Amino acid sequence: MNVKEMREKHRLLSEYKYQLGTIDKGYTNRTLYINVGDNTIKEKPVTDFMKEKFVGGKGFGLWYLWNAVTPETKWNDPENEIIVGTGPICGITQYPGSGKSLVVSLSPLTNLPFDSNVGGFFGPYLKFSGFDALEIQGKAEKDVIIIIDGNKGIVRIEEAPAEAVDGHLLGEQLTEMYAESEEDKKNISVITAGSAAEHTRVGCLNFTFYDPRRKVVRLKQAGRGGIGTVFRDKKIKGVLVRFKGTKGNLNNPHDISLINKAGVRLHREIALYDHKQNNMRKIGTANIIEIMDQYDLLPVHNYKFGSHPDTHKIASTVFIEKYVTQGMADGCWYGCSLSCAKAADNFELKTGPYKGHKVCVDGPEYENAAGLGANCGIFDPEYILEANFYCDTYGIDTISVGTLIAFAMDCYEQGIINKEITGGLELTFGNKEAAIELIHQMSRGEGFGKIAGQGVRRMKELFIKEYGADPQVLQDIAMEQKGLEYSEYLMKESLAQQGGYGLCNKGPQHDEAWLIFMDMVNNQIPTFEDKAEALHYYPMFRTWFGLLGLCKLPWNDITPPDNKYTSEPAKIPEHVQNYFDVYEGVTGIKLDEASMVRQSERVYNFQRVFILRMGSGRRIHDRVPYRSLGPATVEEYESRQERYDKQLKELVGYDPEGKTTEEKMAVMRKYRESQYEQLVDAVYKRRGWTMDGIPTLEKLKELGMDLPEVVEVVKKYL
Amino acid sequence: MIKVNGFDFPWEEGLTVTKLLEKKGYTFHTSLIVVKINNEIIDEEKFDTTLIQDGDDVQALHIFGGG
Ligand code: SF4
Repeated sequence: MNVKEMREKHRLLSEYKYQLGTIDKGYTNRTLYINVGDNTIKEKPVTDFMKEKFVGGKGFGLWYLWNAVTPETKWNDPENEIIVGTGPICGITQYPGSGKSLVVSLSPLTNLPFDSNVGGFFGPYLKFSGFDALEIQGKAEKDVIIIIDGNKGIVRIEEAPAEAVDGHLLGEQLTEMYAESEEDKKNISVITAGSAAEHTRVGCLNFTFYDPRRKVVRLKQAGRGGIGTVFRDKKIKGVLVRFKGTKGNLNNPHDISLINKAGVRLHREIALYDHKQNNMRKIGTANIIEIMDQYDLLPVHNYKFGSHPDTHKIASTVFIEKYVTQGMADGCWYGCSLSCAKAADNFELKTGPYKGHKVCVDGPEYENAAGLGANCGIFDPEYILEANFYCDTYGIDTISVGTLIAFAMDCYEQGIINKEITGGLELTFGNKEAAIELIHQMSRGEGFGKIAGQGVRRMKELFIKEYGADPQVLQDIAMEQKGLEYSEYLMKESLAQQGGYGLCNKGPQHDEAWLIFMDMVNNQIPTFEDKAEALHYYPMFRTWFGLLGLCKLPWNDITPPDNKYTSEPAKIPEHVQNYFDVYEGVTGIKLDEASMVRQSERVYNFQRVFILRMGSGRRIHDRVPYRSLGPATVEEYESRQERYDKQLKELVGYDPEGKTTEEKMAVMRKYRESQYEQLVDAVYKRRGWTMDGIPTLEKLKELGMDLPEVVEVVKKYL
Repeated sequence: MIKVNGFDFPWEEGLTVTKLLEKKGYTFHTSLIVVKINNEIIDEEKFDTTLIQDGDDVQALHIFGGG
């Protein structure tokens, strides 16, 4: 069926016409509310209160979600929302990394508010169409698509029975359907999920942009937290925005010269130094695959080890030389010269429903190679690309999928599960055929794939309940916290990073804090207080990017050469100044580090109270599986025996001589668990929280976040 | 003996910055490793020729903010 025939099958459910608006200093000052259950479409004003307390982006998302749900709301209740926020800087084209959307929803994995940052053109086009955020609520009866025409001022909900569900097809179909010409395709961006998002809890959202040079629709993912699952549960197939007329000044900024100057500085720096530094323009985040291996930080075999002799087979150079197309301006929004959104073109698939198709694979990113590859013991670049492609088009998160397959493999090798339970799949580490089949099963909603797709926490519970697994063993090796799978760094030797994962509001995702080098290698933050300080400022910087619609990578994945002479090289002071300039250039408001951190702290503490309101957010919920703190098995201990014996002697004052591995492990465990608890104390103190992890009234007052509804929640715990 | 990032590390005759980075397994992009000897920054171009003396306090700070 061609797209014309597909479109003829659409049935209009609701249409809303609105006045086109202008953007004033980064804000359109209104948002769009759509309920796909009763087909309501309406506008909402953005108030000064919202701007002051929540700034934009993820801040707006959390505020709307707070008002939409109650403590009893579950992720699959119609009240749950998916909010796509932009942020005042989102959409400028002069400064790299300024086109991000922030998606907020109650997660099917954690049932807590979750935020995910994503590229692609949707956020900027939504804003240029007249809205600072899109709020979607309700559940449709049949598959629908939402269309926002930002030039005509029309929003529609249409039943759409005939289009594909899988992301790469649906993205192409809807782009083709609504573009007026080939030239017009770049004016369209679509949000999709995919077929596996329907059957699992690890669904992701794809945000598209049209790549005119490759002539394909590219997919960027709001990967984590299962928001794609919420999307399909609402029976939304796709959301499309069309906006023609993108220009650099559409945000109507206060002073464009401030923005231009900051942009020129960073573009120049990227042009001169990226190739000597992280090589983002050649291979994106995958540049660190071999580096992580060399520093023993690459997760291997469900986070048992940090390196593997076969890593060279999936090194970044392999992808650069054989697969990833070079010389393309791969920015996920206009003006991003860091261009890390790499792709492998004409990649021929070997398995699954699209076997034999030559496709464009968006990736691989570091996390895909580390999670789908090394963590599962699979060191095959073509498998990584294939699994990467299928995860994206099926609408599932590569990180959660990597970690949950690694966990299932670990359980299989330990005899906790067997072939009978897996339906014949031999889930040993390194078995790429079994791994890809599991992913296809997730798409079909059948077999062990459907069970695995519920995530590590639910597998763990099932294996204990149904198959008599030892709860302690599983608790130690199941790499999830708050219900979310860990992302792909080995954190055993960095206490600060253990906290970076364990004390993250949404669950163990590294986008709040990545402190491994600063801590483990540089030894720059040796005391608990030093680590707590880093675990304060780092998440605040990154939270801020999520409020403004910015990408975190241009902050510190490129470094000015004279950065080393600054007083705080880890913060990249020149880039921080750029952000102040860009913020002032757009909004007209001057910013310094203290006020930037304050903006973030408001939202961060609000999010903490929000998770508390939803039944988490206390010290007990910040506990982590032991494998994230230290060697959980004899095999792990003995693989790095020299290191651990030395630590026992020097740090614990325990002589390992003549002791069994089990005896040494027990002492090591006691030590490391106590270190983690002391870190938690220090971080809570630094953040202004009680020793149970609750923001104090004083802290909330100091931040101006002592809103009655917030105080009502925390009071119960103080 | 020298200190590297606060930890003891054996010194040897003719130890340059480049050799030290190799011995430590510090394979990260050298332009993103800030090397200080006794708190003095060493330019990357001089990594091959700068000799580290016994007793020196060396810092090799990796500037990288992660994924
Ligand atoms: S650095 Fe990469 S992810 Fe960030 S905006 Fe640029 S292309 Fe997109």
